[in-house]
Amino acid sequence: MGEFRMPSLGADMEAGTLLLWKVQPGDRVKRGDIIAEVATDKGDIEIEVFEDGVVEQILVEPGSKVPVGTPLAVIRSDGEQVSVPAESAGPAAPQRALSEMGPPTELQPPPRPAADRRPRISPAARKLASDLGVDIDTVRGTGPGGAVQRADVERAAETKGALREVSERATDRTGMRRSIAAAMARSNREIPHYYLATSIDLSATLSWLETENEKRSIKERLLPAILMVKAVAKALGAVPELNGYWSEDRHQPQESIHIGFAVSLREGGLIAPAIHHADRKSLDELMEAMRGLIERTRAGRLRSSEMTDATITVTNLGDLGVEAVYGVINPPQLALVGFGKITDRPWAENGAVGVRPVVTATLAADHRATDGRQGAQFLEALKRHLQEPASL
Amino acid sequence: MEVTYREAMREAIREALQKDDRVFLMGEDVGRYGGCFAVSKGLLEEFGPERIRDTPLSEAAFVGAGIGAALGGMRPIVEIMTVNFSLLALDQIVNNAATYLHMSGGQFHVPLVIRMATGGGKQLAAQHSHSLEGWYAHIPGIKIVTPATIEDARGMLATALADPDPVLIFENSTLYNRKGQLAPEAGAVDIERARVHRAGRDVSLLTYGASLFKSLDAAAALAEEGIEAEVIDLRTLRPLDDETFIGSVTRTHRAVIVDEGWRSGSISAEISARLMEKAFYELDGPVERICSAEVPMPYASHLEQAALPNVERIVSTVRNVVRTHG
Repeated sequence: MGEFRMPSLGADMEAGTLLLWKVQPGDRVKRGDIIAEVATDKGDIEIEVFEDGVVEQILVEPGSKVPVGTPLAVIRSDGEQVSVPAESAGPAAPQRALSEMGPPTELQPPPRPAADRRPRISPAARKLASDLGVDIDTVRGTGPGGAVQRADVERAAETKGALREVSERATDRTGMRRSIAAAMARSNREIPHYYLATSIDLSATLSWLETENEKRSIKERLLPAILMVKAVAKALGAVPELNGYWSEDRHQPQESIHIGFAVSLREGGLIAPAIHHADRKSLDELMEAMRGLIERTRAGRLRSSEMTDATITVTNLGDLGVEAVYGVINPPQLALVGFGKITDRPWAENGAVGVRPVVTATLAADHRATDGRQGAQFLEALKRHLQEPASL
Repeated sequence: MEVTYREAMREAIREALQKDDRVFLMGEDVGRYGGCFAVSKGLLEEFGPERIRDTPLSEAAFVGAGIGAALGGMRPIVEIMTVNFSLLALDQIVNNAATYLHMSGGQFHVPLVIRMATGGGKQLAAQHSHSLEGWYAHIPGIKIVTPATIEDARGMLATALADPDPVLIFENSTLYNRKGQLAPEAGAVDIERARVHRAGRDVSLLTYGASLFKSLDAAAALAEEGIEAEVIDLRTLRPLDDETFIGSVTRTHRAVIVDEGWRSGSISAEISARLMEKAFYELDGPVERICSAEVPMPYASHLEQAALPNVERIVSTVRNVVRTHG
């Protein structure tokens, strides 16, 4: 059983109009017989059949314009049983005419152009396509003679990435909102939060950071947020009770410190992927880890361990001008540390008032697991570490 | 300090003569006349006829004498006027200098250095102007170096003399008058690695000898159009430093080779083949070559210039490669 398809009569032919059939169902045909006429942009062309057999069914009526590759008729080879394809039982419905249907994508996708010429693809383009997961056969070449080159693959990869993101986000957003809703509702229902806040003078820290960053290339510069993450990790060393989970109705502190870093997504929603072993990472490693996390979070390419391993969450809304964050704990974690904006504030010290850059750090903690005393110790340790940047 | 290529080379020879009694210079007109390109001017007066030796017009004889001296423990520098004349000594170079180490089962090194002028552009016509260093690079057993810069003119000889095996130094005759800065402490340089003279992301220009400067000029012109060409001086044609030029093409994905030799069977053909063998999947388009026209070098200046690679041809070839290939 063979399908007689609209042939490609030139590399640039996309569709053809069937003008007339020279055979009817039941007619015997031999390889090479002319059985139809097709109108193309280059004129009317007679079409031959490529197998011996009997015309079983005409699928496309004269006057219809169909894309290259569309089955036009079913040819039953000699010796085959008479059969009618299930999907076209009954009188053959005329194929939808392209002229009325708009883009050919609605119809059967055209097969690869006639293999009379091997596609021109540069070796580097082929390799890049394989690296990026782009189907090289779908890339349109703009090089000499239509050759596919690296730039073409890069364009195709961008388009593909953009399309995937759009479709994933459209469906993901409601899903994400739902899961945030469930977690936060559970948190506020089940976790008795207590909140503590402290203001920290960052003048020494920021000037240390400035000197430190002068030594670095722009790419390697550290952000204050990195110092905060590291200080949290260090402070957890002093107050390990805040690091871990409340689950199965009991307090389960964890030894490893994996800090969930809240990343808001541009189109709404938020994910707090884990920076693993934040206490053991240098500032530079943390910076790199955070940069990678943010990038991959926004690209939707997080690893599952990063999604589930966090033992505490740090959220920083300072860039939005917030003074202090009183957060909702991400269950089953035990605490959430919030940082507000670093602002210049009047600051009393040694009986005098000066202006200092100050940040408000807050702790939201689970009262089932810890008490205010531990929370206070934690914030105190956090303050100490954050004011001794060289020790971070 | 500003010096010419010629002075840098002379200084290299002088230093070698001063430092090592086994070193001597031998060749046609190297003594009283001061060298056909005046490289050895003044050395006869300074070092005497024992160490600056004029020879008869007998390339096979004095290259053979150089091989014998090298085998006997000396460190000869043999000067041949131009690469065209070196063909008279081809038997000595290819059948003797290049083979003794192998044929003696590793017993006899031939620590011989042969210097010769190469290249066209000075209206010396077809018997003095060819670039046959690519031919010599075909021969196992010898090293082929092509100093293009003042630093290499100053520094390659010492390294070549220190090498236990024959090294051929090809000095493009258009470079002798080229001036450049040379650090007072300049000395021996390696003869193993190619050198990136200009970094660029769009295309790799692989070249050597006098074509280096044409390529650098072309790269400067291309930069104004927004095309960043990486320019690599191969420096040594045998053994080729594959790692450097393949690394470059791995970054740029495009290669244009500028070679003053003839295209067919040239060093540019060898480089192109290696790119295909070792960097096939990095190439985003065919390797292009700019070589000398396949004619005996014309005498008439305009024809000679038309036959040699030039800046315009490099610019237009690169432009074409970059613009049409992605």
